[in-house]
Amino acid sequence: MEKSPLKKIRSLLLRFSSGLDQRLGLILLCLAVMGFCTFLSASQGTPVSIEDELRNLALSFVVMWIVSRIPPKWLELAAVWIYGLGVALLVAVAAFGLIKKGARRWLNIGVVIQPSEIMKIAMPLMLAWYFQKREGIQKGWDYGIAGVILAIPVFLIARQPDLGTALLVFAAGMYVIILAGLPWKWILPFIGVGFFGIVLIVIFGNTICAPDITWPFVHDYQKHRICTLLDPSSDPLGKGFHTIQSMIAIGSGGLLGKGWFQGTQAHLEFIPEKHTDFVFAVFSEEFGLVGNLILLALFFALIKRGLAISAGAPNLFTRLLGASVTMIFFTYAFVNIGMVSGLLPVVGVPLPFISYGGTALVTLGFGAGILMSIHRHRRLVQS
Amino acid sequence: MVSFKKPNLDSFQKRIHIATLFVTVCFALLGVRLVWLQLIQHGRYSLLAENNRIALVPAPANRGLLIDRSGIVIGRNYSALTLEVNAEEVKGNIDDLINQLSEVIQISPRDRRNFKRSLEDSRNMGTFPLRSMLNETETARFMANRYRFPGVDIRARSFREYPYNELASHLIGYIGRVSQKDKERMQAEIGDAKADDPDALQTSFLPGIQYVGKIGLEQKYESVLRGVPGYDQVEITAGGRPVRTLSSSPSIPGKNIVLSVDIKLQYLVEQLYGNFRGAFVAIEPQTGDILAFVSKPNFNPNDFVEGIDAVTWKELNDSPSKPLYNRPLKGIYPPGSTYKPFMALAALENKKRTPSQTIFDPGYFDFGNHTFRDDKKGGHGTVDMQKSIVESCDTYYYMLARDMGVDMIAKFMKPFGFGQITGIDLEGEAKGVLPSTDWKKNTFKKPEQQKWYEGETISLGIGQGYNAFTILQLAHAMANMANNGVVMKPHLVKAIEDPFTRRRELTTPKESYRIDLNPENIAVIKNAMIEVNRSGTSAAAFQGADYVAGGKTGTAQVFSLNSKEYKHGATAEFLRDHALFIAFAPADKPTIVIAMVVENAGFGAQYAAPIARKALDYYIDGKWPKEIPEWKRAP
Repeated sequence: MEKSPLKKIRSLLLRFSSGLDQRLGLILLCLAVMGFCTFLSASQGTPVSIEDELRNLALSFVVMWIVSRIPPKWLELAAVWIYGLGVALLVAVAAFGLIKKGARRWLNIGVVIQPSEIMKIAMPLMLAWYFQKREGIQKGWDYGIAGVILAIPVFLIARQPDLGTALLVFAAGMYVIILAGLPWKWILPFIGVGFFGIVLIVIFGNTICAPDITWPFVHDYQKHRICTLLDPSSDPLGKGFHTIQSMIAIGSGGLLGKGWFQGTQAHLEFIPEKHTDFVFAVFSEEFGLVGNLILLALFFALIKRGLAISAGAPNLFTRLLGASVTMIFFTYAFVNIGMVSGLLPVVGVPLPFISYGGTALVTLGFGAGILMSIHRHRRLVQS
Repeated sequence: MVSFKKPNLDSFQKRIHIATLFVTVCFALLGVRLVWLQLIQHGRYSLLAENNRIALVPAPANRGLLIDRSGIVIGRNYSALTLEVNAEEVKGNIDDLINQLSEVIQISPRDRRNFKRSLEDSRNMGTFPLRSMLNETETARFMANRYRFPGVDIRARSFREYPYNELASHLIGYIGRVSQKDKERMQAEIGDAKADDPDALQTSFLPGIQYVGKIGLEQKYESVLRGVPGYDQVEITAGGRPVRTLSSSPSIPGKNIVLSVDIKLQYLVEQLYGNFRGAFVAIEPQTGDILAFVSKPNFNPNDFVEGIDAVTWKELNDSPSKPLYNRPLKGIYPPGSTYKPFMALAALENKKRTPSQTIFDPGYFDFGNHTFRDDKKGGHGTVDMQKSIVESCDTYYYMLARDMGVDMIAKFMKPFGFGQITGIDLEGEAKGVLPSTDWKKNTFKKPEQQKWYEGETISLGIGQGYNAFTILQLAHAMANMANNGVVMKPHLVKAIEDPFTRRRELTTPKESYRIDLNPENIAVIKNAMIEVNRSGTSAAAFQGADYVAGGKTGTAQVFSLNSKEYKHGATAEFLRDHALFIAFAPADKPTIVIAMVVENAGFGAQYAAPIARKALDYYIDGKWPKEIPEWKRAP
């Protein structure tokens, strides 16, 4: 019996989507659509084209689809190699990387790549692999070894310097280590010290931000970022300008926003990086608090789904990997929105699926693909 | 040794729950932050966003015209393409910028000087013209290179122009760029005005006001001439690039002022003075209209409009003939013999003399141990009042002054305006000195100086001594006498004209007050002054006039006009006497009075009276002297 073309397409779609997690897919599709709509408005006056964004989104979903077909076992086998390659590339960067804007982050291997990006996936892969290997025979020093695995690339990335990426890679690794069972009595003191440190910075902000005080282990511009966060008005035309202007954009959006394409802050060039890292300011201004809450709800649903997939994963490797990847999504979203709304220092972190940028979209597609793959192969592994 | 639990599913799921909790708390934090920004602080940020995006671009108002009494425009505006530099947008060295610009458009050293001067004056705020009157080629050349010069643009702008250059410069004055001080003053004025006018927002738009009158009528009538600048509300980018106009508020052009001055008469008198320095004021006695207000030498007010360059400024300031000095308004001179008719009238009114009463003049007058000499050797013999005026007999007035005493003279002269502010519509009028015992007491510090000595009264009779008046006051006094004691406030502007409807609103002040004088006494003085022109000191000058005019010559010793500064550059010429003359005509019903001084010229009869004659010939009969170039209306 001859099938109608419509049915052909339907069966084709079904074949391609078979095994994909439909809920996760729907959330990602919603985010991508919202991202694309925001992009249309935010890219006005920028040199990037709609075709570029569509190509990036398509690439992201293709990567996701391909990765979702890869059995987790393969990833487990490749983990050490990917990690090793990443570290090797980082060493190569340190030795003869390209310097742009005072940072040595890039490597020219025919095309210019940024090896620290690889680490965002390679790190959880490697640590999940390690804890899978030690499953059931874990000792105290296993955490020490995990710490060393974590520290080497983080150190190399921080030296470039690229504190933002270093922190993200560090966070990705820490999620694995903590979820793998790092004892609370080891975790809590760090949380305590961190909390205490933040309180100190807020209280003594004026003193430690005095121009003649230099902070240990921190570049001057990094100190500057934290200090302008504490008081954006201290540098209203410099670093603080971005924060102040994006806060004005968000605040002036109000409950319902100024409407699609109607954001004055965005369209009159007050928002820096408006289609990339600061795209949330454009979104907020045009869609208001209601739009923001929908966006937050979508991210929350994405993370909930990712964690649920991880909780149902068949072995320690997939559980740790899935949960860590999910938490990277969370970190991206939280740090980006926190930074744009003036809660966190300005670090270059994109808003997942909303910000323009090929590399980030591919990395995120890869992560989503991993979650899909874990979901798809949950029974295969079990049996 | 720490023992670890085997990482089983239970433990993992517990940690997933904790992670979920952590994520929830963090998202709640973001939610709270967004609610704070978008709900609670929404109003504040909306305002900030509005302020961000809207800029007010000034639309300067057209300045009112200056029009003479017959409709000749003596202060006007023209529009020209101008290369303008926004000082705030220029980064780096201004000189480098000008050097680069001069490769594209010719910029003279004078342009450069003026531009830098206005930059300094205004502390680098606003947009400044660098080169005006660009032609088509220059405009095209600049537009092709415009991308190289951010903050530089071509605009059509309105310029002030005084088409007759030096003519009437002291009464017109000039405009100049608003200084920081002007701005502060205007801000205060506007603040006052706003207090009772909530709609006064427009007038507060100071950036639209780029020029203000600095002296003369331009200054005095600034608020009438200026108009109200408008503005466009323009949406701008963070970089200040205009995107679109949201709304605009049109400017309201200033009103024209109509002068009482007859500019042709003014021109004629200025020409007649030639290279002489001096002051000349002509008034229409019935109205107080000032018909001519001459100060020679004068200056070109056009030089000041865009900021005068240092060289010209220095020339004007250093010149010993003081071209910037407003002589009729500020220069004080002893009136000399032109004071005599007023003294004679004082004697009649105070019953100290009758017209026929005579004195004998032996050529001198002894008072105490001092001898006061008469100009005429051997004296005028028997002198009655008419003869005392016609022949200008000093002895007659020495005696008269002694008989009246200083305070009686002062009391009589005061309502005529001697030593008083006339209230003319110009800033900076000098008061002069009308001596009296009170004046001396209040003026000097040492007790022995404060006392009035009888001997000091004597020379007051002939317009010397402490007497020091402006030519404006002298003309005003002459007008008051010609007008039979009815005092009209002298003024240069008679009406304000609406630029659209051409409707004129008279500003002429009404009669100020009336001096109670006996008409017979006035007739005696006027007749004596008519005789002066017929057979007296100015008879030669007024020979053959087909109208009857009264006059009185005077010669004043030099002492007053900024005497200290004059000594500095003193030459023999600067020590010569001033020639003075007062006149009224036609005698039966005067339509014009004149007071004038020709500095350091010598006798009034020889130098001043002929100028007055030609001025009267023109004003009354329309006769133009052959030696003076015809009046030509400016193109």
